[in-house]
Amino acid sequence: MELQAVLMAAGGGSRMTDLTYNTPKAMLPVGNKPLMWYPLNLLERMGFEEVIVITTKEVQKMMSTDPKMKLDVKMKLDVVCIQEDGDMGTADALRHIQQKIKTDILVVSCDLITDVALHEVVDLFRAHNATLAMLMSKAHEFTETVPGQKGKKKTAEQRDFVGVDQSGKRLLFMANEADLEDGLSIRKSIMRKHPRMHIKTGLVDAHLYCLKKAVVDFLADNKSISSIRGELVPYLVRKQFSKTTNCPKIKDDAEDQNQKKNDGSTNHELLISSRDEPLLQLAQDRSCWNDHRGDMSEAYHGGKLRCYVHIMDEGPCYRVNTLAAYIEANRLAPKLFEEVPVHPSAVISERCQMGSDSYIGAMCQIADKTSIKRSTIGNSTTVKEKVKVANSIIMHGVTIEEGCNIQGSVICSNAVIGRGADLKYCLVGNGQQIEPEAERTNEVIVGADQLMEI
Amino acid sequence: MADAGEPEGPERKDDIVKAKQEGKELTKEEKQRLRKEKKQQKKSKEKKDDKPSRDSEKEKKPASAASPAPQTPTQPPAQKAPSAAPAPVPVPASETPSAADKPAKSKAELKAERRARQEAERASKGKKGDVGPQAAPGKPKAPPSELQPVVKRLPEHVQVDNPEVLKKLAKKLERQQTPEYNAATKIPLRSDYGYKVSLFSHLHQYSRKAPLTQQLGIPSTVIHPAIVRLGLQYSQGIVAGSNARSVALLHAFKQVIRDYTTPPNEELSRDLVNRLKPYISFLNQCRPLSASMGNAIKYIKKEISNIPSQCKEEEAKRKLLNCIDCYINEKIVLAAKAIAKYSIEKISDGDVILVYGCSSLVNHILCEAFEKNRKFRVIVVDSRPRLEGREALRRLVQKGINCTYVLISAVSYILPEVSKVFLGAHALLANGYVMSRVGTSQIALVAKAFNVPVLVCCETYKFCERVQTDSFVSNELDDPDDLIVTRTGTTQLEHWQEVPSLGLLNLVYDVTPPDFVDLVITDLGMIPCTSVPVVLRVKNVDQ
Repeated sequence: MELQAVLMAAGGGSRMTDLTYNTPKAMLPVGNKPLMWYPLNLLERMGFEEVIVITTKEVQKMMSTDPKMKLDVKMKLDVVCIQEDGDMGTADALRHIQQKIKTDILVVSCDLITDVALHEVVDLFRAHNATLAMLMSKAHEFTETVPGQKGKKKTAEQRDFVGVDQSGKRLLFMANEADLEDGLSIRKSIMRKHPRMHIKTGLVDAHLYCLKKAVVDFLADNKSISSIRGELVPYLVRKQFSKTTNCPKIKDDAEDQNQKKNDGSTNHELLISSRDEPLLQLAQDRSCWNDHRGDMSEAYHGGKLRCYVHIMDEGPCYRVNTLAAYIEANRLAPKLFEEVPVHPSAVISERCQMGSDSYIGAMCQIADKTSIKRSTIGNSTTVKEKVKVANSIIMHGVTIEEGCNIQGSVICSNAVIGRGADLKYCLVGNGQQIEPEAERTNEVIVGADQLMEI
Repeated sequence: MADAGEPEGPERKDDIVKAKQEGKELTKEEKQRLRKEKKQQKKSKEKKDDKPSRDSEKEKKPASAASPAPQTPTQPPAQKAPSAAPAPVPVPASETPSAADKPAKSKAELKAERRARQEAERASKGKKGDVGPQAAPGKPKAPPSELQPVVKRLPEHVQVDNPEVLKKLAKKLERQQTPEYNAATKIPLRSDYGYKVSLFSHLHQYSRKAPLTQQLGIPSTVIHPAIVRLGLQYSQGIVAGSNARSVALLHAFKQVIRDYTTPPNEELSRDLVNRLKPYISFLNQCRPLSASMGNAIKYIKKEISNIPSQCKEEEAKRKLLNCIDCYINEKIVLAAKAIAKYSIEKISDGDVILVYGCSSLVNHILCEAFEKNRKFRVIVVDSRPRLEGREALRRLVQKGINCTYVLISAVSYILPEVSKVFLGAHALLANGYVMSRVGTSQIALVAKAFNVPVLVCCETYKFCERVQTDSFVSNELDDPDDLIVTRTGTTQLEHWQEVPSLGLLNLVYDVTPPDFVDLVITDLGMIPCTSVPVVLRVKNVDQ
C-alpha cells in the first residue's frame, strides 16, 4: 500500500467559537453537508479506500446519525477517538495512532475544501523521494461581510513567511511572524545552496501533508513536538540544511541503537529510505540529472531530507477556520460539487421566489410569498410566509416566522426567529430565540452560557 | 501504368522466343526471368483490383530488370556457347534502356498510384488490415513484404498513426490487470500531445505536464508504489541515462519481489512473471523502454521462470534478489571497471579528448584515467535542449580535469585540436550501428572527416538484436515544449500550437553507421563495430 490517509477532525474551531460552541467544527454544515464530508469526498475521488479519522466522541456520534455521511461516503472509516479536553495537538494525535501506520501517510484537516488535483502534491512526494510534501494556495480575498465584525477587517493575523526555490517547488524556509522576533534571518548555508529564493507571504496553508513513515517513527521518539503545522514542518524544513544530514553515512541499525541519545542519530531515522540505499545511490550517480545548476554539487546538494510544496495558483482552496471563511465556503462549495439546488424532499410552495444560487436542504417547508436569494437553508427548516432571506446561511432545524427579513446573517441550528424580525449581518447562536419585531444589525446573539467560555 | 507493364512482357517474351527459336539453350537468367514473369502474370490475374500488387509488380520489374543487367557481365564469360552470347547481350541491351527509363517513369507513376490509393482508402475506411499499414508513409518494408506469403509485422510502438493498432494497445492495457484486484482498474493509456511532424507521426509524443499518474488513483493499488515512483522519475527525467535507468529498474523490481506473496494455487515462477507484465507496460507508457532495460527485463524473466517449483517462497525470493545484485555487479559495475582499464591504455599523455553529452561510462573512464595520472584535457560538446554536457562538465571539473565547453555547432571549429573522440552508447545494434543521443552521429561524421579516431564505449548488456539503418523508423520523441526558451522576458514559441504549419520536433536518439566508428570498447575487450553479432551469438550460446 502506498499511502494511508489520516483525517484530523478533532479540532475545536477556536477561531470561530460562536459557531462551534455547540456543534463541533467537523460537523458544521457547509452547503448542507457536514464540513468533514468535503475532505472525505476529495480522498474518495482520488481513489482512497480507507481513511483513519481522528476525532472526538461527539463527532463520532454525530457522524453515525448523519445521513449524508452514511450514504455518500463509501470508504471505510476507521474512527479513533481522543479526549477533546486534552491538549492534543495534531502531532500528538499522530503519535497516538503510530501503531496503525504501516506506510507513508497523507494528513488532511477536516476543514479543507478544495478540488485540487492531489496527484500534483503526491507526485512531488514520489518523484523526489521527499520527506514532506504539502499543499499551499494563494489566499483569496474574502468579499462577503462578516456578521459581528466591528469596523474594518483587522490586519492580517500572523503572516506566514514561505521561502521557495527558483522552480517554486522546493521548500526552503518556513516561519510564522510570531516566531520571528527581530527579523527574518536566513542561514548562509541555505543561501549558498539556493542563491535565488522567493519569499511569499500571501499563501494559505491547506494543511495537507504527505509524510514519510520515518517521520511518524521520529515523532514517537520526540515527544516535544505537538503540532504538525506549528512545529514539525518548520523543524523538517530547517533540518534539510543542517550539517548532519549532508554527511550521508548510513550506519547499521545495530549501531544506531547505541547512539540514540545523540541528536545526530535522530536524523538517520529520517534518512533511511529503503533497504537498498546503495543501489539508489548508484542510480543517482549514473543519472545525468541535476535539480540545480551553477555550482559544483550533485543533485539535491547531496541532502537526503527534502521538503516540497505545491502552490495552487487557481482553483478553490479554503480552510474553514474563521467565520469569514465559513461564509465564503458556503457561497462557493455547493457550486464546486454541482449540488442539486433543491432537495427532493423539500416542500416548496408555488409562490416562492427562489434565486438560482440558493440551496434548500431536505424536508424543508417553505411557505408562500417568500423570497430566498443567494442563501443556504439547512435540513428540516421551516420558513413561514412573507419572509425575505438574502445572502444568509440558515442551518438545520430553524424556524423562521412570518414577515421576517434576514440579510447577510448566519443562523445556527434550532434557532427560532420571531415574527417580523429584521436581522442584518447578525450571527444567531445555537438554539437562540429572537423575539418578534426585533431589529438587529451587525450583532452576535448568543446565549449566556456561551459567554462564559474563554 | 498498366499499359506500360504489358508491352514490356511481350517484348521480353519476344526476345526469349527468338532465343528459343534460334534453338539455343535458355540461359539461367532467362529461365529465371520466365519464371518470374509467369508468377507475376498469375498474380495480376488473381489480384486485378488490388492496386498495391501492381505497384509492387512495377517495382519488382525495374528491380528484376536491373538485376539481370549486372548479372550479364558475369554470365557471358561463363558461357561457352557463342551463339548464346549474342542472345543475352542484346536482351539486356534492349532491357537496360527500358529499365533505365522504366524507373523514371514508374517512380512518378508509383507516387501517383500511391496517392490515388491513399485517397481511395481514406474514402473507404475499415478495409482489409493489410492495406492500412502499407498506406502509411515512411514504411519501406511494406512493398517487398507483399510478395512473400507472410506479411511482416511491425512493432506496435512504431505504428502510432494507425488507429487499429492504438485500439489493440488500449485493449491490451485493459486486459493487463493485476490478478489481485478484480475491480475495473486498468493501466491508463497515455495520450499523445501536440502536432507531430509527419515523418515521425508513427511514434508517441507525450507531454511532461500530463503525467500518467493523473489517471491513476492516488494510493496506487494496481501498480506497486515503487514502480509508480520509477515511472514518474523516468517521465520527469530525474533518472536519465541508460545505466541509471537499468539500475533504478532493477532496484524497483527488488522491492516488488520483496513485497510479493504467492497467491494460493499459483506457482511463483509463473505468477510473478504475470505480475510484472502490467508494471512493464506502465513503465513503457511513462517513457519507452531502453535497450538495456529490455535486456535486464529478459534476464529477470528468465531467472524467475527458471525457479524450480519445489523451492519455498522465501528461498526463491532470496535467490532472485541475489541474482539481481549479481547482474548489476557484473554487467554494470565490474564492466565499467574493465572498460576503464582497456580505455586507459588508449589514452596517452598530452591527449585532447572530445566527449559528447553526459555518458556515465565515459565520465567514469576519464575520472579513472585522471586518477592514474594521465595528462589529458577534455572538450565537452553539448547540445540543446537537454544540455546534458553541463552535468558532465561539472563532474569532470570537480575531479580536477582541465575542460573546455562548446556547443555542437562549434564542433568543426574545435576538431582540429582533438586527438580522440570518446562516445557513449545507448545501445549497439546487430548490424554494427551505434544508437546514442541525437548529435552523436554528427560528431562521428565530422571526426571522420578530420581523421580523428572515434571510440565508442559500451557494456555488453546494451547489445541488442535489432537492426536499424536510419533514425526514423524507431526513435523517441520527447516533450516538444522543451524546445521553448524564454530569453529576456519573451517566449517566441509560446503559442506554437496555434500556428498550423509549425511543428516542434524533439528527437532523443540517432544511429551512427559503423564506418564512422573506429573501435568499440566493451568489457569483453576492444572489438570493431561489425563484431557485435558475434558477441550476441556468443552470449546466446552461453545462456
